[in-house]
Amino acid sequence: MAEDQSGEGEKVGFPAPDTDVVAARQQWEEQVLGPVLKRYPERQARFATMSGLALDRVYTPEHTAGLLYLRDLGFPGQYPFTRGVQPTMYRGRHWTMRQYAGYGSAEETNRRFRYLLEQGQTGLSVAFDLPTQVGYDSDHPMAEGEVGRVGVAIDSVEDMDALFAGIPLGRVSTSMTINAPAAVLLAMYQVVGERQGVEPTRLQGTVQNDILKEYVARGTYIFPPGPSLRLVTDVIEYCSRHLPDWNSISISGYHMREAGCTAVQEIAFTLANAICYVESARERGLEVDSFAPRLSFFFNCHIDFLEEVAKFRAARRLWARIMKERFGAKDPRSLMLRFHTQTAGCSLTAQQPENNVVRVALQALAAVLGGTQSLHTNSMDEALALPSEKAVRIALRTQQIIAYESGVASTVDPLGGSYCIESLTTRIEEAAEDYIRRIDDMGGAVKAIEGGFIQKEIHEAAYRYQMEVERRERIVVGVNAFQEEEEPPAGLLEVDPGVAERQRAKLERLRRERDEDACHRALDDLERAARGTANLVPPVLEAVRARCTLGEICDTLRRVFGEYRAPGEI
Amino acid sequence: MQERPIRVLIAKPGLDGHDRGAKVVARALRDAGMEVIYTGIRQTPAQIAASALQEDVDVVGLSSLSGAHRTLFPRVVECLREKGLGDVLVIGGGIIPAGDVPALKAAGVAEVFGPGTPTSVVVEYIRRELEKRRKAG
Repeated sequence: MAEDQSGEGEKVGFPAPDTDVVAARQQWEEQVLGPVLKRYPERQARFATMSGLALDRVYTPEHTAGLLYLRDLGFPGQYPFTRGVQPTMYRGRHWTMRQYAGYGSAEETNRRFRYLLEQGQTGLSVAFDLPTQVGYDSDHPMAEGEVGRVGVAIDSVEDMDALFAGIPLGRVSTSMTINAPAAVLLAMYQVVGERQGVEPTRLQGTVQNDILKEYVARGTYIFPPGPSLRLVTDVIEYCSRHLPDWNSISISGYHMREAGCTAVQEIAFTLANAICYVESARERGLEVDSFAPRLSFFFNCHIDFLEEVAKFRAARRLWARIMKERFGAKDPRSLMLRFHTQTAGCSLTAQQPENNVVRVALQALAAVLGGTQSLHTNSMDEALALPSEKAVRIALRTQQIIAYESGVASTVDPLGGSYCIESLTTRIEEAAEDYIRRIDDMGGAVKAIEGGFIQKEIHEAAYRYQMEVERRERIVVGVNAFQEEEEPPAGLLEVDPGVAERQRAKLERLRRERDEDACHRALDDLERAARGTANLVPPVLEAVRARCTLGEICDTLRRVFGEYRAPGEI
Repeated sequence: MQERPIRVLIAKPGLDGHDRGAKVVARALRDAGMEVIYTGIRQTPAQIAASALQEDVDVVGLSSLSGAHRTLFPRVVECLREKGLGDVLVIGGGIIPAGDVPALKAAGVAEVFGPGTPTSVVVEYIRRELEKRRKAG
């Protein structure tokens, strides 16, 4: 019997599947359903979510029988936070509408930022180009063809200064998608703040700073896992002491999902990585409640609507339990999984790109119903090129329509209590927990990555998905069904090819004008610190202040730490 | 008649780390009976040409989602020619705007496969193209 699994009689459960319901269901199946199935067979033999979890024909109180309301759901803003991290959620304030942007030079991106702020965007999110992400200056040979392409090129604090010209850092919150050199870019941001007269304690935002997922999904690593983890932990420690309002890490499932993993795997691998970061910070001697409130998360929102809503709720409950039971966190803020969401870039099609507006709207709605704290909606042309201004505007308007017109922001967790959503939430949580146990048994996330386990799981899922599409077991509108002949789309964004040349000229000027001796001293200090065990953020800050470039700082660390090369296995 | 299997090098030039497509295509080609070598990410054009020579491949498949294809794909073709591999079939995929395709073809990339292309289309293309070349050669 499900009536009192907690052993605490006062807990309030969901309606128990009383014998009336069971009997009524059996009667319905025989008398109502049976004859219909005989005449009209269902479309598929089996219905399942994208993760492969079976979806039942109809959900009833039987599916939520084991669930105890106070233990498993509770109220919003209350452990285990299944229904949301704040008591009022969007009735108090909408989620942050944070469109990820960046291309070309700092000056061009600064113009896009100001445009987005004028259009009602409430937070900035910086995309860096690939040379910046892997610690090369724009004039490095490996940077050829890549400067300013998928993000903005930042070589030095002067570029960072230009990026935020006229934008008061004390009043916006800025998310920076930067991982391997996160310490360097955060230091640059802090120095730009200093130049604007803004105290570090007033800086608000996030550095992604999640290196583990780079080894399995995104590829912008520099150093081997050991020293990388040290740098991540240095940033967490530094922020816990000096930047109290800064999210020192955004542990990201997004990119693993883009690489092909399922919703269940996304939660499992992200939380397994998070566990690794918490353990690393604790080994550093940090008390869990001193840094855990500044951990944040970043998830993907794919197209399987019900599974996605349930996924976010499951992630919140699972994390709250892990933090409380495994790490003994006491501060309620340590137990809350706060997350940014981005709609799934990989779900967008190059065919009939206008349809992507609809995909993005559904995904954004699922993210909101799942209780996200901030949201990026992808632009309809992203399977073709970088987003054009018009496409970005429609993407942002999609969020505004959900927020202001749809009514879903007027009540907290409106799908809570749905037999289907609650059942899926529990099943996703259980399946993710199973994975985390397996990863624990391997010795944790780093070992699971070094052994190739996580990469293999993601690749298998990606291949399975592709084959399902090719066999038409999964329909993608415009791709394997409802196709039409199309003209190539017009009006795509072109990145100015002159940006690399201008960055090179800026670097030459910088090297001419700055105090070279001061640079060498700062880099020597950094190298010494890297050979020891000190926190590397302060010497990185000094190097940035001395106007050393990103490439010079990263090369100094490369000399000490070496570079990581992934095995090219398939 | 015993023919050796088609040998393919799948390569990721430049700094782009998004290799889902490259790996899925590599696996599909292998399942179709080809011998496939994957370089891993962050390869320079010269490294790719050196691998192509060493592995004695018939096909080089390039993948890029970062927008660097305009610079890097033609560079790979040049490096292959410098190594005497001008007859290797070079194909590309990734986020490649239709407007860029004519320039890539003029530079020696035989075909470009955009997002949503079934892997079976790539398999068929490679077989057909190599057969054509064999007959012509």
